[in-house]
Amino acid sequence: MLGTGLLVFREVLEAALIVSIVCAATRGVNGRGRWVGSGIGTGVLGAILVAAFANVIAAAASGIGQELFNAIILLAAVVMIAWHAIWMASHGKELSAQMKSVGSAVQAGSRPLSALLIVVAVAVLREGSEVVLFLYGQAASGAGVVAIAGGIALGVVGGVAVGFALYFGLLGIPLRYFFSATNWLMLLLAAGLASQAAGFLIQADLLPALGNRIWDTSALLSNASLMGKTMHTLIGYDAQPAGMQIVFYAVTATAIALGMKLWGNPAAPRRHASATAAN
Amino acid sequence: MDPAVGHLNSEMRTIIICNVIKSSLIAVLGCAAALGAGGVRAADVQATLVIRDHKFEPAELAVPAGAKIKLSIENHDATPEEFESHELNREKIVVGNGTITVFIGPLEPGRYPFFGDFHQETAQGVLVAK
Repeated sequence: MLGTGLLVFREVLEAALIVSIVCAATRGVNGRGRWVGSGIGTGVLGAILVAAFANVIAAAASGIGQELFNAIILLAAVVMIAWHAIWMASHGKELSAQMKSVGSAVQAGSRPLSALLIVVAVAVLREGSEVVLFLYGQAASGAGVVAIAGGIALGVVGGVAVGFALYFGLLGIPLRYFFSATNWLMLLLAAGLASQAAGFLIQADLLPALGNRIWDTSALLSNASLMGKTMHTLIGYDAQPAGMQIVFYAVTATAIALGMKLWGNPAAPRRHASATAAN
Repeated sequence: MDPAVGHLNSEMRTIIICNVIKSSLIAVLGCAAALGAGGVRAADVQATLVIRDHKFEPAELAVPAGAKIKLSIENHDATPEEFESHELNREKIVVGNGTITVFIGPLEPGRYPFFGDFHQETAQGVLVAK
Protein backbone atom coordinates (compact mmCIF):
# COMPACT_ATOMS: atom_id res chain seq x y z
CA MET A 1 0.00 0.00 0.00
CA LEU A 2 2.85 2.39 0.86
CA GLY A 3 4.66 1.68 -2.41
CA THR A 4 1.46 2.27 -4.37
CA GLY A 5 0.76 5.38 -2.32
CA LEU A 6 4.22 6.77 -3.01
CA LEU A 7 3.97 6.41 -6.79
CA VAL A 8 0.45 7.87 -6.84
CA PHE A 9 1.67 10.71 -4.60
CA ARG A 10 4.50 11.62 -6.96
CA GLU A 11 2.23 11.78 -9.98
CA VAL A 12 -0.63 13.57 -8.19
CA LEU A 13 1.86 16.06 -6.76
CA GLU A 14 3.05 17.13 -10.21
CA ALA A 15 -0.50 17.70 -11.45
CA ALA A 16 -1.54 19.35 -8.17
CA LEU A 17 1.30 21.90 -8.36
CA ILE A 18 0.17 22.99 -11.83
CA VAL A 19 -3.49 23.14 -10.77
CA SER A 20 -2.47 25.27 -7.75
CA ILE A 21 -0.71 27.83 -9.92
CA VAL A 22 -3.73 27.96 -12.25
CA CYS A 23 -6.03 28.41 -9.22
CA ALA A 24 -3.87 31.23 -7.89
CA ALA A 25 -3.75 32.90 -11.32
CA THR A 26 -7.56 32.80 -11.52
CA ARG A 27 -8.02 34.18 -8.01
CA GLY A 28 -11.22 36.11 -7.60
CA VAL A 29 -12.81 35.02 -10.88
CA ASN A 30 -16.46 34.04 -10.69
CA GLY A 31 -17.03 30.38 -11.53
CA ARG A 32 -13.35 29.49 -11.88
CA GLY A 33 -14.05 26.36 -9.79
CA ARG A 34 -16.20 25.07 -12.63
CA TRP A 35 -13.40 25.62 -15.15
CA VAL A 36 -10.72 24.03 -13.02
CA GLY A 37 -13.08 21.20 -12.08
CA SER A 38 -13.91 20.55 -15.73
CA GLY A 39 -10.19 20.55 -16.51
CA ILE A 40 -9.52 17.92 -13.83
CA GLY A 41 -12.52 15.85 -14.99
CA THR A 42 -11.43 16.00 -18.63
CA GLY A 43 -7.89 15.09 -17.58
CA VAL A 44 -9.00 12.03 -15.59
CA LEU A 45 -11.15 10.82 -18.49
CA GLY A 46 -8.33 11.43 -20.92
CA ALA A 47 -5.89 9.60 -18.64
CA ILE A 48 -8.08 6.48 -18.66
CA LEU A 49 -8.42 6.65 -22.45
CA VAL A 50 -4.68 7.19 -22.98
CA ALA A 51 -3.86 4.28 -20.65
CA ALA A 52 -6.41 2.04 -22.40
CA PHE A 53 -4.89 2.83 -25.78
CA ALA A 54 -1.29 2.93 -24.55
CA ASN A 55 -0.23 0.17 -26.94
CA VAL A 56 -1.86 1.93 -29.91
CA ILE A 57 -0.14 5.22 -29.05
CA ALA A 58 3.19 3.46 -28.48
CA ALA A 59 3.05 1.72 -31.86
CA ALA A 60 1.99 4.86 -33.76
CA ALA A 61 4.46 6.78 -35.96
CA SER A 62 6.92 3.87 -36.11
CA GLY A 63 7.28 3.60 -32.36
CA ILE A 64 7.64 7.25 -31.45
CA GLY A 65 3.90 7.85 -30.90
CA GLN A 66 4.35 8.25 -27.15
CA GLU A 67 6.96 10.97 -27.53
CA LEU A 68 4.99 12.77 -30.26
CA PHE A 69 1.80 12.64 -28.21
CA ASN A 70 3.52 13.98 -25.10
CA ALA A 71 5.33 16.71 -27.01
CA ILE A 72 2.15 17.84 -28.78
CA ILE A 73 -0.01 18.09 -25.67
CA LEU A 74 2.81 19.79 -23.76
CA LEU A 75 3.26 22.37 -26.52
CA ALA A 76 -0.51 22.88 -26.66
CA ALA A 77 -0.41 23.68 -22.93
CA VAL A 78 2.48 26.08 -23.56
CA VAL A 79 0.46 28.00 -26.18
CA MET A 80 -2.55 28.16 -23.85
CA ILE A 81 -0.46 29.51 -20.96
CA ALA A 82 1.15 32.07 -23.28
CA TRP A 83 -2.26 33.26 -24.45
CA HIS A 84 -3.55 33.61 -20.91
CA ALA A 85 -0.38 35.22 -19.55
CA ILE A 86 -0.36 37.84 -22.31
CA TRP A 87 -4.07 38.52 -21.78
CA MET A 88 -3.46 38.92 -18.05
CA ALA A 89 -0.56 41.29 -18.63
CA SER A 90 -2.94 43.71 -20.28
CA HIS A 91 -5.77 43.25 -17.77
CA GLY A 92 -4.10 42.33 -14.47
CA LYS A 93 -3.98 45.89 -13.13
CA GLU A 94 -7.69 46.44 -13.76
CA LEU A 95 -8.42 43.11 -12.09
CA SER A 96 -6.56 43.87 -8.87
CA ALA A 97 -8.09 47.38 -8.79
CA GLN A 98 -11.54 45.86 -9.22
CA MET A 99 -10.89 43.25 -6.55
CA LYS A 100 -9.66 45.91 -4.13
CA SER A 101 -12.62 48.22 -4.65
CA VAL A 102 -15.36 45.59 -4.73
CA GLY A 103 -13.56 43.17 -2.44
CA SER A 104 -15.18 40.23 -4.15
CA ALA A 105 -15.22 38.12 -7.26
CA VAL A 106 -15.08 39.71 -10.69
CA GLN A 107 -16.71 38.49 -13.84
CA ALA A 108 -14.49 36.47 -16.14
CA GLY A 109 -15.61 38.53 -19.15
CA SER A 110 -13.49 37.82 -22.20
CA ARG A 111 -10.76 36.17 -20.16
CA PRO A 112 -9.54 32.96 -21.83
CA LEU A 113 -10.39 30.56 -19.01
CA SER A 114 -10.85 27.77 -21.55
CA ALA A 115 -7.10 28.02 -22.16
CA LEU A 116 -6.47 27.21 -18.52
CA LEU A 117 -8.97 24.35 -18.63
CA ILE A 118 -6.73 22.78 -21.27
CA VAL A 119 -3.60 23.36 -19.17
CA VAL A 120 -5.19 21.64 -16.16
CA ALA A 121 -6.51 18.80 -18.34
CA VAL A 122 -3.07 18.21 -19.90
CA ALA A 123 -1.37 18.13 -16.48
CA VAL A 124 -3.89 15.66 -15.06
CA LEU A 125 -3.93 13.53 -18.21
CA ARG A 126 -0.15 13.11 -18.36
CA GLU A 127 0.36 12.15 -14.74
CA GLY A 128 -2.98 10.33 -14.50
CA SER A 129 -2.31 8.00 -17.42
CA GLU A 130 0.86 6.77 -15.68
CA VAL A 131 -1.09 6.17 -12.49
CA VAL A 132 -3.77 4.24 -14.36
CA LEU A 133 -1.19 2.01 -16.11
CA PHE A 134 0.66 1.43 -12.84
CA LEU A 135 -2.53 0.52 -10.97
CA TYR A 136 -3.64 -1.74 -13.81
CA GLY A 137 -0.31 -3.58 -13.48
CA GLN A 138 -0.72 -3.83 -9.72
CA ALA A 139 -4.23 -5.24 -10.07
CA ALA A 140 -3.12 -7.68 -12.78
CA SER A 141 -0.31 -8.92 -10.53
CA GLY A 142 -2.86 -9.75 -7.86
CA ALA A 143 -2.58 -6.79 -5.50
CA GLY A 144 -5.61 -6.61 -3.22
CA VAL A 145 -8.39 -4.06 -3.51
CA VAL A 146 -7.55 -2.67 -0.07
CA ALA A 147 -3.88 -2.16 -0.96
CA ILE A 148 -4.76 -0.42 -4.22
CA ALA A 149 -7.59 1.72 -2.85
CA GLY A 150 -5.51 2.59 0.21
CA GLY A 151 -2.56 3.54 -1.98
CA ILE A 152 -4.71 5.77 -4.17
CA ALA A 153 -6.22 7.46 -1.10
CA LEU A 154 -2.80 8.05 0.49
CA GLY A 155 -1.26 9.39 -2.70
CA VAL A 156 -4.15 11.63 -3.69
CA VAL A 157 -4.56 13.11 -0.21
CA GLY A 158 -0.81 13.72 0.10
CA GLY A 159 -0.43 15.26 -3.36
CA VAL A 160 -3.51 17.46 -3.05
CA ALA A 161 -2.36 18.62 0.42
CA VAL A 162 0.94 19.89 -1.02
CA GLY A 163 -1.01 21.57 -3.83
CA PHE A 164 -3.21 23.38 -1.30
CA ALA A 165 -0.14 24.42 0.70
CA LEU A 166 1.36 26.01 -2.42
CA TYR A 167 -1.95 27.71 -3.26
CA PHE A 168 -2.37 29.26 0.18
CA GLY A 169 1.30 30.23 0.18
CA LEU A 170 0.77 32.10 -3.10
CA LEU A 171 -2.31 33.86 -1.67
CA GLY A 172 0.07 35.49 0.81
CA ILE A 173 1.55 37.61 -1.99
CA PRO A 174 0.28 41.21 -1.63
CA LEU A 175 -2.56 41.98 -4.04
CA ARG A 176 -0.53 44.76 -5.69
CA TYR A 177 2.01 42.28 -6.99
CA PHE A 178 -0.23 39.24 -7.04
CA PHE A 179 -1.17 38.97 -10.71
CA SER A 180 2.25 39.91 -12.03
CA ALA A 181 3.73 37.28 -9.68
CA THR A 182 1.34 34.53 -10.81
CA ASN A 183 1.87 35.62 -14.40
CA TRP A 184 5.63 35.19 -14.09
CA LEU A 185 5.05 31.81 -12.46
CA MET A 186 2.90 30.84 -15.44
CA LEU A 187 5.69 32.00 -17.77
CA LEU A 188 8.25 29.78 -16.02
CA LEU A 189 5.76 26.90 -15.99
CA ALA A 190 5.28 27.24 -19.75
CA ALA A 191 9.03 27.42 -20.38
CA GLY A 192 9.49 24.25 -18.30
CA LEU A 193 6.77 22.42 -20.24
CA ALA A 194 8.41 23.46 -23.52
CA SER A 195 11.73 22.10 -22.27
CA GLN A 196 10.00 18.79 -21.40
CA ALA A 197 8.51 18.68 -24.90
CA ALA A 198 11.99 19.16 -26.34
CA GLY A 199 13.18 16.27 -24.15
CA PHE A 200 10.58 13.96 -25.72
CA LEU A 201 11.48 15.06 -29.24
CA ILE A 202 15.17 14.37 -28.50
CA GLN A 203 14.30 10.95 -27.04
CA ALA A 204 12.42 10.14 -30.27
CA ASP A 205 15.43 11.37 -32.26
CA LEU A 206 13.27 13.95 -34.03
CA LEU A 207 15.44 16.79 -32.78
CA PRO A 208 19.19 16.84 -32.13
CA ALA A 209 20.13 17.17 -28.45
CA LEU A 210 22.67 19.94 -29.15
CA GLY A 211 24.71 18.49 -26.32
CA ASN A 212 23.32 15.82 -24.01
CA ARG A 213 24.34 17.41 -20.78
CA ILE A 214 25.17 21.09 -20.96
CA TRP A 215 25.66 21.26 -17.21
CA ASP A 216 25.18 18.94 -14.26
CA THR A 217 23.80 20.25 -10.98
CA SER A 218 22.75 16.81 -9.66
CA ALA A 219 25.01 17.23 -6.64
CA LEU A 220 23.21 20.47 -5.78
CA LEU A 221 19.63 19.39 -6.50
CA SER A 222 18.98 15.98 -8.03
CA ASN A 223 16.13 15.31 -10.46
CA ALA A 224 15.27 12.27 -8.33
CA SER A 225 14.69 14.23 -5.11
CA LEU A 226 11.25 15.47 -4.15
CA MET A 227 12.43 19.09 -4.25
CA GLY A 228 14.07 18.47 -7.63
CA LYS A 229 10.83 17.03 -8.99
CA THR A 230 8.83 19.92 -7.55
CA MET A 231 11.12 22.50 -9.11
CA HIS A 232 11.06 20.49 -12.34
CA THR A 233 7.27 20.82 -12.48
CA LEU A 234 7.10 24.44 -11.33
CA ILE A 235 9.94 26.13 -13.20
CA GLY A 236 11.27 23.37 -15.46
CA TYR A 237 14.37 22.67 -13.36
CA ASP A 238 16.58 19.98 -14.88
CA ALA A 239 19.86 18.92 -13.31
CA GLN A 240 21.26 17.73 -16.65
CA PRO A 241 19.55 19.61 -19.47
CA ALA A 242 20.22 18.98 -23.14
CA GLY A 243 21.11 21.97 -25.29
CA MET A 244 17.84 21.80 -27.23
CA GLN A 245 15.87 21.88 -23.97
CA ILE A 246 17.61 25.11 -23.02
CA VAL A 247 16.80 26.55 -26.47
CA PHE A 248 13.10 25.67 -26.06
CA TYR A 249 13.07 27.06 -22.52
CA ALA A 250 14.70 30.34 -23.52
CA VAL A 251 12.62 30.85 -26.68
CA THR A 252 9.34 30.19 -24.82
CA ALA A 253 10.23 32.43 -21.88
CA THR A 254 11.39 35.23 -24.19
CA ALA A 255 8.37 35.00 -26.48
CA ILE A 256 5.91 35.17 -23.58
CA ALA A 257 7.83 37.95 -21.83
CA LEU A 258 7.89 39.94 -25.09
CA GLY A 259 4.18 39.31 -25.60
CA MET A 260 3.44 40.48 -22.08
CA LYS A 261 5.51 43.59 -22.61
CA LEU A 262 4.09 44.46 -26.03
CA TRP A 263 0.47 43.80 -25.15
CA GLY A 264 0.73 44.64 -21.49
CA ASN A 265 0.20 48.37 -21.99
CA PRO A 266 -2.55 49.43 -19.56
CA ALA A 267 -3.26 52.49 -21.73
CA ALA A 268 -4.47 50.29 -24.58
CA PRO A 269 -8.26 50.33 -24.86
CA ARG A 270 -9.60 47.19 -23.24
CA ARG A 271 -11.85 46.12 -26.09
CA HIS A 272 -9.05 46.16 -28.67
CA ALA A 273 -6.49 44.54 -26.43
CA SER A 274 -8.74 41.59 -25.67
CA ALA A 275 -9.71 41.24 -29.33
CA THR A 276 -6.00 41.10 -30.21
CA ALA A 277 -5.22 38.56 -27.53
CA ALA A 278 -8.05 36.37 -28.80
CA ASN A 279 -6.60 36.28 -32.31
CA MET B 1 -5.21 58.31 -25.70
CA ASP B 2 -7.14 58.70 -28.94
CA PRO B 3 -8.99 55.41 -29.51
CA ALA B 4 -7.94 55.29 -33.17
CA VAL B 5 -4.27 55.54 -32.19
CA GLY B 6 -4.75 52.86 -29.54
CA HIS B 7 -6.30 50.60 -32.14
CA LEU B 8 -3.39 51.13 -34.50
CA ASN B 9 -0.86 50.44 -31.72
CA SER B 10 -2.69 47.32 -30.80
CA GLU B 11 -2.60 46.04 -34.37
CA MET B 12 1.03 46.99 -34.76
CA ARG B 13 1.87 45.11 -31.60
CA THR B 14 0.07 42.07 -32.95
CA ILE B 15 2.10 42.23 -36.14
CA ILE B 16 5.36 42.71 -34.23
CA ILE B 17 4.73 39.82 -31.85
CA CYS B 18 3.62 37.53 -34.68
CA ASN B 19 6.85 38.29 -36.50
CA VAL B 20 8.92 37.70 -33.37
CA ILE B 21 7.25 34.31 -32.83
CA LYS B 22 7.64 33.41 -36.51
CA SER B 23 11.32 34.31 -36.66
CA SER B 24 12.09 32.44 -33.42
CA LEU B 25 10.34 29.36 -34.79
CA ILE B 26 12.25 29.60 -38.06
CA ALA B 27 15.51 30.09 -36.13
CA VAL B 28 14.88 27.04 -33.95
CA LEU B 29 13.82 24.83 -36.86
CA GLY B 30 16.70 26.02 -39.02
CA CYS B 31 19.14 25.40 -36.19
CA ALA B 32 17.65 21.93 -35.68
CA ALA B 33 17.81 21.09 -39.37
CA ALA B 34 21.40 22.33 -39.73
CA LEU B 35 22.76 20.55 -36.69
CA GLY B 36 20.60 17.47 -37.01
CA ALA B 37 21.31 16.80 -40.67
CA GLY B 38 22.71 13.32 -41.00
CA GLY B 39 22.34 12.61 -37.30
CA VAL B 40 18.59 12.51 -36.88
CA ARG B 41 16.76 9.16 -36.92
CA ALA B 42 20.01 7.27 -37.14
CA ALA B 43 22.08 5.53 -34.49
CA ASP B 44 25.59 4.14 -34.47
CA VAL B 45 24.88 1.25 -32.11
CA GLN B 46 21.90 -0.94 -31.26
CA ALA B 47 21.42 -2.38 -27.78
CA THR B 48 18.62 -4.41 -26.20
CA LEU B 49 17.27 -4.79 -22.68
CA VAL B 50 14.67 -7.34 -21.63
CA ILE B 51 12.23 -6.96 -18.75
CA ARG B 52 11.26 -10.28 -17.16
CA ASP B 53 9.67 -10.77 -13.71
CA HIS B 54 10.04 -7.01 -13.15
CA LYS B 55 13.82 -7.18 -13.56
CA PHE B 56 16.12 -5.95 -16.31
CA GLU B 57 18.22 -8.47 -18.24
CA PRO B 58 21.08 -7.77 -18.33
CA ALA B 59 21.10 -5.65 -15.20
CA GLU B 60 24.37 -4.14 -16.40
CA LEU B 61 24.64 -3.32 -20.09
CA ALA B 62 27.92 -2.21 -21.66
CA VAL B 63 27.71 0.29 -24.54
CA PRO B 64 30.42 2.20 -26.37
CA ALA B 65 31.05 5.76 -25.21
CA GLY B 66 30.82 8.54 -27.78
CA ALA B 67 28.26 6.75 -29.95
CA LYS B 68 24.59 7.37 -30.48
CA ILE B 69 22.67 4.32 -29.21
CA LYS B 70 19.31 2.95 -30.26
CA LEU B 71 18.14 1.14 -27.15
CA SER B 72 15.30 -1.36 -27.49
CA ILE B 73 13.48 -2.49 -24.37
CA GLU B 74 11.38 -5.63 -24.64
CA ASN B 75 8.84 -6.20 -21.91
CA HIS B 76 8.26 -9.94 -21.48
CA ASP B 77 5.93 -9.35 -18.54
CA ALA B 78 2.20 -9.01 -19.05
CA THR B 79 2.09 -5.81 -16.98
CA PRO B 80 3.19 -2.32 -18.06
CA GLU B 81 6.47 -0.78 -16.94
CA GLU B 82 8.02 2.65 -17.24
CA PHE B 83 11.66 2.77 -18.27
CA GLU B 84 13.18 5.76 -16.53
CA SER B 85 16.63 7.22 -15.94
CA HIS B 86 17.49 10.54 -14.35
CA GLU B 87 21.10 10.29 -15.54
CA LEU B 88 20.09 9.60 -19.14
CA ASN B 89 17.16 12.02 -18.96
CA ARG B 90 14.76 9.46 -20.40
CA GLU B 91 11.32 8.10 -19.54
CA LYS B 92 9.00 5.93 -21.59
CA ILE B 93 6.14 3.53 -20.92
CA VAL B 94 6.46 -0.08 -22.13
CA VAL B 95 3.10 -1.84 -22.25
CA GLY B 96 2.84 -5.51 -21.26
CA ASN B 97 4.53 -7.73 -23.87
CA GLY B 98 5.51 -4.61 -25.79
CA THR B 99 8.78 -3.21 -27.10
CA ILE B 100 9.95 0.40 -27.10
CA THR B 101 12.89 2.24 -28.57
CA VAL B 102 14.70 5.18 -27.00
CA PHE B 103 17.63 7.06 -28.47
CA ILE B 104 20.52 7.75 -26.12
CA GLY B 105 23.88 9.46 -26.24
CA PRO B 106 26.53 9.98 -27.42
CA LEU B 107 27.57 9.32 -23.80
CA GLU B 108 30.72 10.21 -21.94
CA PRO B 109 32.36 7.18 -20.28
CA GLY B 110 30.60 6.41 -17.02
CA ARG B 111 27.74 4.61 -15.29
CA TYR B 112 24.16 5.59 -16.02
CA PRO B 113 21.62 3.95 -13.70
CA PHE B 114 18.07 3.30 -14.91
CA PHE B 115 15.01 1.74 -13.32
CA GLY B 116 11.47 0.58 -13.90
CA ASP B 117 9.32 3.23 -12.25
CA PHE B 118 6.48 0.79 -11.59
CA HIS B 119 8.65 -1.85 -9.86
CA GLN B 120 11.53 0.09 -8.36
CA GLU B 121 12.31 -2.51 -5.70
CA THR B 122 13.41 -5.04 -8.36
CA ALA B 123 13.68 -3.29 -11.72
CA GLN B 124 17.10 -1.63 -11.41
CA GLY B 125 19.92 -1.58 -13.91
CA VAL B 126 22.85 0.41 -15.15
CA LEU B 127 24.19 1.34 -18.56
CA VAL B 128 27.99 1.39 -18.62
CA ALA B 129 29.54 3.51 -21.32
CA LYS B 130 33.17 2.58 -22.06
